Amino acid sequence: MANSSKINKEMALIDSIDAPQAKKPSRDGFGKALVELGAENTNVWVMTADVSESTRTHWFAEKFPERFVQVGVAEQNLAGVAAGIASCGKTVFISAYGVFSPGRNWDQLRVAICYNDVPVKLHGSHTGITVGPDGASHQALEDIAIVRVLPNITVIVPADAEEARKATLEVAKCEGPAYIRTCREKMPIFTTAGTPFAIGKANVYRFGDDVAIFACGPQVYESILAAEKLESEGISCAVVDCHTIKPIDVEAVKYWAGKTKFLVSVEEHQVSGGLGGALAEVVSEFARAHACTLKRHGINDIFCESGEPLELLKKYGLDADGIARFVRENCIQ
Amino acid sequence: MVDDTSKQMLLETGQPGAGLKKINDIKKLRLIANGVRQSVVKMLHQAKSGHSAGSIGLADIFTALYFNILNHDPKNPTWPGRDRLVLSNGHVCPVMYAVMAEAGYFPKEELMSLRKLGSRLQGHPHRGSLPGIENSSGPLGQGLSIAVGMALVAKRERKSWRVYCVCSDGEHDEGQIWEAVLLASKFKLGNLTALMDRNNIQIDGFTENVLPLEPLAEKYRAFGWHVLEVDGHNIEQIIGACSEAKKVIDRPTMIIAHTVPGKDISFMEFITDWHGKPPGDKETTTALGDLEEERKFYGSESGV
Repeated sequence: MANSSKINKEMALIDSIDAPQAKKPSRDGFGKALVELGAENTNVWVMTADVSESTRTHWFAEKFPERFVQVGVAEQNLAGVAAGIASCGKTVFISAYGVFSPGRNWDQLRVAICYNDVPVKLHGSHTGITVGPDGASHQALEDIAIVRVLPNITVIVPADAEEARKATLEVAKCEGPAYIRTCREKMPIFTTAGTPFAIGKANVYRFGDDVAIFACGPQVYESILAAEKLESEGISCAVVDCHTIKPIDVEAVKYWAGKTKFLVSVEEHQVSGGLGGALAEVVSEFARAHACTLKRHGINDIFCESGEPLELLKKYGLDADGIARFVRENCIQ
Repeated sequence: MVDDTSKQMLLETGQPGAGLKKINDIKKLRLIANGVRQSVVKMLHQAKSGHSAGSIGLADIFTALYFNILNHDPKNPTWPGRDRLVLSNGHVCPVMYAVMAEAGYFPKEELMSLRKLGSRLQGHPHRGSLPGIENSSGPLGQGLSIAVGMALVAKRERKSWRVYCVCSDGEHDEGQIWEAVLLASKFKLGNLTALMDRNNIQIDGFTENVLPLEPLAEKYRAFGWHVLEVDGHNIEQIIGACSEAKKVIDRPTMIIAHTVPGKDISFMEFITDWHGKPPGDKETTTALGDLEEERKFYGSESGV
């Protein structure tokens, strides 16, 4: 690849980043990690609301039925029952589509889980526009915003299936509540077992001097591809995998805001309240010390529509081409 | 494996410690409940806000629970073998606080800090603030789900402790309650006993006017629950029903406890306006006078 020298070797990404061998949905990494956890820790319980296969909790259910709970299509009860189980010393993963959990059980998440401060880990799957043909009702684009304002909870948006696996293992070790956001669509696996993952520590995958792209979810990989394109046009972009939205990596934001003229956030989420919102909150606190401008890229206060995942990413500019275009149009000095 | 389980059960059914005092004398329990009502009146008067009618109406049920029914230890609130009491309608917490103080969880003087800055007695219960509180609550309809979660753990892990959930009639407007009712039935949670405060009032008026709930007993039976109905001021009946519930091991039990909101306070009984406000100065004097009269009726104060 033309500019592979800019890739951060310490992150142990796959060798040919523009030709990944494997594609899997990030929800697979979550489901795989649950099975690992179930085997090593008998205090791990898993619950779902009638979506065990699509949230990949069925693998755990098959192996550990005595620690699996099917509540039916009842997300409010899902959250409440989980809080009860967790208060008995269990670590409970609850799994449903992001639009329903946390979409439909925010009050239960707030009081029964976060105010009680019990170790319930929400897994919102099928988030973003890449859920595709199901249409706007099923495209969770507001979940990060509604969750990250709650006290006590950690919010993580993994970039690929491998990072989702690591994130799941890590949140199991935390005492309090957590939210993990995954996607339905198969996406390239570009991180490896050797790629570091620490909650609250953003990963720098690519170095650059003009623009720092902070991305989460599938847009991390797309941003790397976009950065490669832009390099050949003379725009040098760093790419940061900002997997933890809360607590946000303030030091990383400060560092890149001081180094590059532009910060760009990229996410499959409304630009308000998600990663872009979180970055804006940090940057606004010290904006005068730097000449950095933040540009937020994502969904702009609209409901989207049905379509194939890749068609939608293209239409809303969240694939590599769209991200490159956004940078070109918004980061002119 | 079997050995571990029986060892565990032995541990958890063993003596919980010196903190537990179970009282079987009904007269004594009624006097405690009267004292609890007086505490609640004073607490709400001092706090200048809070929910009077439901708290007063539940004094007999909470007294029966903490002084007779529950296996618990006020000196060791996190004792693993304790029965869990989940309060779902958190706004009646003044009565729970008053009974807990009476039982020895914390000094009675602290009751007057209710709803005040820095107090452990939050306006609605907070698990992290006060030892002995199993769950934070306030938003209605959530408690039964939490109780179902606890009961499921106890059942699957063959624990001997039971789960009790106090809920209100009005919160049965919430859909989540019925989600929990379905799930408790699915898992045949015979170790779960719920007590519904059937006082017929909610903020905007009588429950049957706001959103008709009847026939509640038939609904619960249709959902696969064992249903009992008691006079929620008859402590013998409350204890008897909880004891009967223990014998039904294949279904959860709902005890519909018919109560009088504001019970034993002349101007408060049955008046929906008293759902969500505290007594003022004059009303407090009248209420405490009414309760003293009632106390005389129960008999001597000695020995309590």
